Amino acid sequence: MTATLDQRARALRRLIIDALEGGGRGHIGSSLSLVELVRVLYDDILRVRPAEPDWPDRDRFILSKGHGCLALYAVLADKGFFPPDHLTRQCRPEAMLGGHPERALIPGVEASTGALGHGLSIGIGLALAARLQCRPSRVFVILGDGELDEGSVWEGAMAAAKHRLDHLTALIDHNKLQSYGPVREVLDLEPLADKWRAFGFAVREVDGHDVAQLQAALRAVPFAPDRPSALICHTVKGRGLDFAENDPTWHHKARIGADQIARMRDALERA
Amino acid sequence: MRQTAIRMVHELARRDPRVVFVGSDLSAGLLADMKAEMPERFFMEGVSEAHVIGMAAGLAMDGFVPYVNTIATFLTRRCFEQLAIDVCLERLPVRLIGNGGGLVYAPLGPTHLATDDIALMRALPDMTVVCPADADEMARLMAVSPGCPGPLYIRLGKGGDPVVTGGRDGFAVGRAVPLRAGGEVVILATGVMTARALDAAAQLDRAGVLHLPTVKPLDVEAVLEAAAAARLVVTVEEHSRIGGLGSAVAETLADHGVLRPLERLALPDRFPEGYGSQDHLLEKAGLQPAQIAARVADRLARL
Repeated sequence: MTATLDQRARALRRLIIDALEGGGRGHIGSSLSLVELVRVLYDDILRVRPAEPDWPDRDRFILSKGHGCLALYAVLADKGFFPPDHLTRQCRPEAMLGGHPERALIPGVEASTGALGHGLSIGIGLALAARLQCRPSRVFVILGDGELDEGSVWEGAMAAAKHRLDHLTALIDHNKLQSYGPVREVLDLEPLADKWRAFGFAVREVDGHDVAQLQAALRAVPFAPDRPSALICHTVKGRGLDFAENDPTWHHKARIGADQIARMRDALERA
Repeated sequence: MRQTAIRMVHELARRDPRVVFVGSDLSAGLLADMKAEMPERFFMEGVSEAHVIGMAAGLAMDGFVPYVNTIATFLTRRCFEQLAIDVCLERLPVRLIGNGGGLVYAPLGPTHLATDDIALMRALPDMTVVCPADADEMARLMAVSPGCPGPLYIRLGKGGDPVVTGGRDGFAVGRAVPLRAGGEVVILATGVMTARALDAAAQLDRAGVLHLPTVKPLDVEAVLEAAAAARLVVTVEEHSRIGGLGSAVAETLADHGVLRPLERLALPDRFPEGYGSQDHLLEKAGLQPAQIAARVADRLARL
């Protein structure tokens, strides 16, 4: 695990804290574990145009674990898909940004997620559409490890392999904690990499906070010809806030006060 | 009706490059011609309804018009959340063709009896719900279906149902079809029950029949007009009395203050018992023509 956060890792997390401050609530731990995943995707991998979010040839990205949306919102704002002041109005009555992302409202959001186990199959449909329309679009889907409890994920996994969708990549935000507690106690996923292999994916594993490892892996997709790729990203829930890391009680917080925000900002600068 | 619907998906796909077919695990050889002619637009995805709907939503997001077909119970109950979030929230043009609406699969028991599909689909925002009466009407509906805005649920009958809507042109979504002029009674019916309603009306004096192939959006104007002109309004459907056509009509009449006695002839609020045939179970529920006529006459006598 990387020892310290770099400047960009800190800057994106500052935006997340801004959103937590504005809305007074949010999925904190679940967003902080995947910041580097969306950062590397949007900085280095995805072919997208922030000023033209509907560009037909764009790559598609779906955050299937929609509750991690604060990280996505931070990156989309940073990239200019929408003005960053939307972040501070998160979850307010007339806000564009809610507690889960909505496709119809937010430029750059490809699917309305929040109900788990939906994103992979939507991504499969998008990948098939790209193939039928002879577009170069690739599809990337981030799934949570707790989300893998849903049977629909595995229905989709079988279908992705059947259709030989080598332009589809599933990234697993494997932070080892779901809402109630450790994944291995709530519903054990191991052997996780072997499961994805058995379902027909070519699999790699990386430190999900190591930017260089993520860049190298995602530049290498597809990991095998004619197969979908799965990248298991080992992450830390709450990464960047020492008091929240690996603590399931920080999965989601409401009624976040000014003192907690100050504590988060302080911890982030020390991370 | 079922064969017409499925065959027409192939015809539509020939005319419209946006049309694709998505099945779960259907009968061997289904749409073999389409599969041979355009294999890239024919999908048989396996017994995975949640995945099937998500995939269809993804295809629709990028411009396709997917026709998804499987048994109605599995198409509505099993993947309800995918229908709500992936399809309806995005107002995507996914077409759902539900085999065996109502009691068609009587010998197969409650797992296969779609007695709540209309209620479930009506509850979803932007979902259009259509129950054609016969193969002719199905053909007319299918011809216009690629252009319908948003998601569409099409309820199939058994097949071989008598044609009662023949000699008409086109299909207007959301429009009622007057089939028999009435008097003191108007029977509002949908799907294959319209034929039985016509049969019942012929046994009664001065009973009209208004066919409502579109249950949502309901033709409010036609329903109110028919009700205002009658002493008794009757609804007939092969569906639970909760949430189907009778409920839609009751809500409409109440909302508009058109207060007429309403007799809702539908399936009781319990799982159907026994097997046999569709006709057998309809008879147990008092929904065959002579029973409908008797129940209407009885209610009239008590007015």
